[in-house]
Amino acid sequence: MKIAVCVKHVPEGTTHARIDPGTMRLDRSGEGAINPFDTHAVEEALRIKDAQGGEVLIVSMGPQSAQDSVRKALAMGADAALLVTDDAAAGSDLVGTTNVLAAALEPESADLILFGQQAGDSDGAVLWAAVADRLRRPVISQVAELTVGDGKVTGKRQTEFGYDTIEAPLPAVVAVSDAINEPRYPSLKGIMGARSKPQRTVSVSELGVDGGGIGEGGSRTSVQALNDPPPRGDTVKIEDDGSAAEKIVEYLAEKKVV
Amino acid sequence: MATLVFLEHHEGELLKPALGVLSKAAELGGDVAGVVLGSGVRDLAATAGAYGASKVYVADKPELEKPLPQPRVDALAGLVRDQGFDTVLFAASVLSADVAAGLSARLGAGLNWDLTDLVQQDGTLIGKRPALGDTVYVDVGWNGEPRLGLIRAGTFDPKESGGEAEVEDFDVGFEDFSLGATMVEQAHAESEGPSIEDADVIVAGGRGLGSPDNFKLVEELAQALGGAVAATRAVVDAGWYPYATQVGQTGKTVAPKLYVACGISGAIQHKVGMQSSGVIVAINKDPNAPIFDFCDLGVVGDLHEIVPKLTELVRQRKS
Amino acid sequence: MAAPSDPPEERIDVGVLIVGAGPAGLACAIRLGQLLEESPEMAERLGEVPVAVLEKGKSVGAHLVSGAVVNPRGLRRLYRGRGLRIEDIPSYGAVEHESVYYLTNRSALRIPTPPTMRNDGNFVASLSQLSRWLAEQAEAGGAVILPETAAQKLLVTGARTVGVRTGDKGLGKDGEPLGNFEPGSDVTAKVTVLAEGTQGHLTGVALDRFGLVGEDPQVWALGVKEVWKVARPLDRVIHTMGWPLRGGRRYREFGGSFIYPMGDDMLTIGMVVGLDYRDVELSVHDLLQELKTHRFVRRMLEGGERIGWGAKTIPEGGFVALPRRLHAPGLLLTGDGAGFVNVPALKGIHYAIESGRLAAEAAFAALQPGRTPWTPGALASYDDSVRRSFIHKDLEQVRNMRQAFAHGFLMGGAMAGAMTMSFGKFPPTNMDTHPDAAVRLIRTRRSASYPAPDGKLTFDKLSSVYLSGNKTRDDAPNHIRVRTDVPAGVGRLWERMCPAQVYEVAEDGGETTVEVTPSNCVQCGAITAKGGRLTPPEGGSGPEYTVT
Repeated sequence: MKIAVCVKHVPEGTTHARIDPGTMRLDRSGEGAINPFDTHAVEEALRIKDAQGGEVLIVSMGPQSAQDSVRKALAMGADAALLVTDDAAAGSDLVGTTNVLAAALEPESADLILFGQQAGDSDGAVLWAAVADRLRRPVISQVAELTVGDGKVTGKRQTEFGYDTIEAPLPAVVAVSDAINEPRYPSLKGIMGARSKPQRTVSVSELGVDGGGIGEGGSRTSVQALNDPPPRGDTVKIEDDGSAAEKIVEYLAEKKVV
Repeated sequence: MATLVFLEHHEGELLKPALGVLSKAAELGGDVAGVVLGSGVRDLAATAGAYGASKVYVADKPELEKPLPQPRVDALAGLVRDQGFDTVLFAASVLSADVAAGLSARLGAGLNWDLTDLVQQDGTLIGKRPALGDTVYVDVGWNGEPRLGLIRAGTFDPKESGGEAEVEDFDVGFEDFSLGATMVEQAHAESEGPSIEDADVIVAGGRGLGSPDNFKLVEELAQALGGAVAATRAVVDAGWYPYATQVGQTGKTVAPKLYVACGISGAIQHKVGMQSSGVIVAINKDPNAPIFDFCDLGVVGDLHEIVPKLTELVRQRKS
Repeated sequence: MAAPSDPPEERIDVGVLIVGAGPAGLACAIRLGQLLEESPEMAERLGEVPVAVLEKGKSVGAHLVSGAVVNPRGLRRLYRGRGLRIEDIPSYGAVEHESVYYLTNRSALRIPTPPTMRNDGNFVASLSQLSRWLAEQAEAGGAVILPETAAQKLLVTGARTVGVRTGDKGLGKDGEPLGNFEPGSDVTAKVTVLAEGTQGHLTGVALDRFGLVGEDPQVWALGVKEVWKVARPLDRVIHTMGWPLRGGRRYREFGGSFIYPMGDDMLTIGMVVGLDYRDVELSVHDLLQELKTHRFVRRMLEGGERIGWGAKTIPEGGFVALPRRLHAPGLLLTGDGAGFVNVPALKGIHYAIESGRLAAEAAFAALQPGRTPWTPGALASYDDSVRRSFIHKDLEQVRNMRQAFAHGFLMGGAMAGAMTMSFGKFPPTNMDTHPDAAVRLIRTRRSASYPAPDGKLTFDKLSSVYLSGNKTRDDAPNHIRVRTDVPAGVGRLWERMCPAQVYEVAEDGGETTVEVTPSNCVQCGAITAKGGRLTPPEGGSGPEYTVT
């Protein structure tokens, strides 16, 4: 079984994330780390490999520093990595990113392609569906439990209404939720062994992707302005004189939450 | 502007958030149409007229019976191309997010998500959305058409404008790969309360409760309000409530419509897990508790007296 | 301390193992890289991984906090003949002006800069940032750096240090293995260099078990600092003494503050206080908040925004507290862990770098064909070279300064002045150092004047812990060895002392006990100076400093 896992290198720590007012883009100059949601996808791939054999390929698109995240995934136990790194791709929107990832994944012919449930930096939770469409493969998202076998995947998808059980034939694309597993810590041997695992770096043009549609210039969405969040409004503060409960209910009714 | 609004439905009813987006689209002007996809859904379609759609497109096909995204991408892609819509809006949900993203790839169209407002500015459509944990608000736009937008669920309320919509059937050409995924068992409404991630209302308890037994007060209020129970790190550490209910930096991040904080001081480690909640009500006997700096309604008082009374009043109101 | 327990094929074997990716450890790795480049046969003999550096923080720099005004001397020697230009070193600029002030609660009196504190030729840097640059250099030279890896135990066979055992990961609150439990590994090496910094865990063990402790016990100060974005550039390096510390002898409040410009739009401000203070109500974090309300300081911060916070202890015993020997078979001690800090000059980084360089050279020499680094005395050349270096010379000259301040600021200041004038000859012997934990406690109403946090100029401890990037998981085992059934005074002392609000005194029906929240811990080490013991928690946890 060949499993490809898409991981993203995101700025480290929410406390330091900021948008650069000059470029209107996320400041990625500081330390970065593997998107925590993606570690669940890596872990799931490794569990399948542990149970059924096969190989796990890490695929990532990002700056050179994304090597750190890719190496972390290799340290966990993945077998090889492919990093698409190209200045031209910086600032790509969903469609641009999809074009690049799909072009990178297509020749790999993976049986299963895994994603994590969202990207901590942009809070986007949509990439896999776009990639699946481009690759012309079935997709199951928000999977909290996954079984693979007999040429198909069965996933328990978490929705607003409860859990759906969905089945799809391989090859398929699956996005896993963070409830699916507890990612393993890489062993020290794993960390040290990661350096010698095969890691390829390719540029966008080597993948045959049209440069026009990627990067900031090719983006079909744009950030126009940065503003302060709308103020919450003044806090209404009251002291209980015995009627607090009534006042609360009145307030809630006024705000239409009860 | 020619806008198409995706009208998701569940168990025979069009979902409120979708109708809210429809009402907003009508407000923004131009031609507004809705689209209903499913099996046996024609009757639903007509009701959308009351919320601002002048026309509703319907694809009533067995392939669309289950709430799976890919057949819907096929349907929408064809419809958008044939009818020339320049804007397609979705109320965000697990299903619609996958549909919007698939459509974005299919049409090569820009998609902005997590929008909390839409405005016309200098003749262009601008979306507004929070970013970086709600610390900054961003104006986003689109280059090219069609423009796709995913709006945060519950942002807009449905407004009945009392109109009537023309209903038109359309045909769909399904891709083979779109029909690969099949629904083995569909979700049914859970008998217990919602999980804290999905809950519209959360009642949370902190150290101010005084003892683990007092979580009963929190549970009862949650039940009365139809919401879920959450806990702070301090009480989870002390073993009063399970880790799965912990809200905060090292627990879950939630954004319900209503968050009632009982006996919670509001340290930043907790705040970052719930600060995006719609309405925050805090009950604490310490007037200097930090939570009073960022809640909407702050009540200084004894929660052991206020919460049971509140629960009773809510129950009365609901019956 | 233990013997290796992993089966041999599971052990990870490296040439030289360095514990700690701070300035000492990285300088050692850089120097080894230089030496190995010139000696490929040696590199071969050291195996697949000639130099490995273990770092317990999430990334290099994650646990580093300092002022800092750095003396480039150590870096110059490290890069001698290799064309290092000052512009290559990440810094916030050379020190151009400096002033020292004596503060009262209302005024700031400029006093002449004591000669020991002159900073001509030095530069301002963020140690966290500097270490990332040093790490790049070390890796370019072939070192393998392993972050998120805590060294838990020293591995010994007989009297010989053979490596370290790294910490387990994925343990629950009660030490039980969780679903993703990953046991630590034995990492064996021919030479182990300890560069753990202040309160080094393995360093403490080594000092004790190998009989390396110096004539006087080590003493520590606690530093708490913030980094601010500011509207107006600060044009000088500033040190202050006096307020908010109390000069009276009964308080034993030794320390002061520093305010350093970081380029045109940032500055760092910190408070450093010796941990031998006596008032249980003293809180260094709150003293820093109070300091910021002084007219003189507030002006600098107006229109600005706090963007960083950090806390760490500094060894202050100086010369008399140095270990009596810096090596043991297969083992070398460097940097702050060994106590190489010049208190009156507030410098330690260049000593750390120099000691790391010297350790590399001693290790390299002891690894030459025909020699073994674990025979007793094989690494003695390290001690000799440190004794001949500027580290020793500087520390000896200022050896009694800190101890003089135990006599109160005015008296201490006079004595320090006399010491400086006499270049260390007065007094002729060494003054006593008392361990921080042995002072008699008093209780005043000091906390009454701590400012209530306003979230703009002054901040509470929890939001500061948050700003440090600390996201330690709540269900990790408690890494702090401390008794919770201590007298109320001690509990109160800890509660105030800890900058991260780890300890809280709780009343339980007349009995006081201490509640410990280990996930807040930023691993500053203060508790070890005051009756408890900090051990390294799971690798990767704790603060994630970037600009401190």
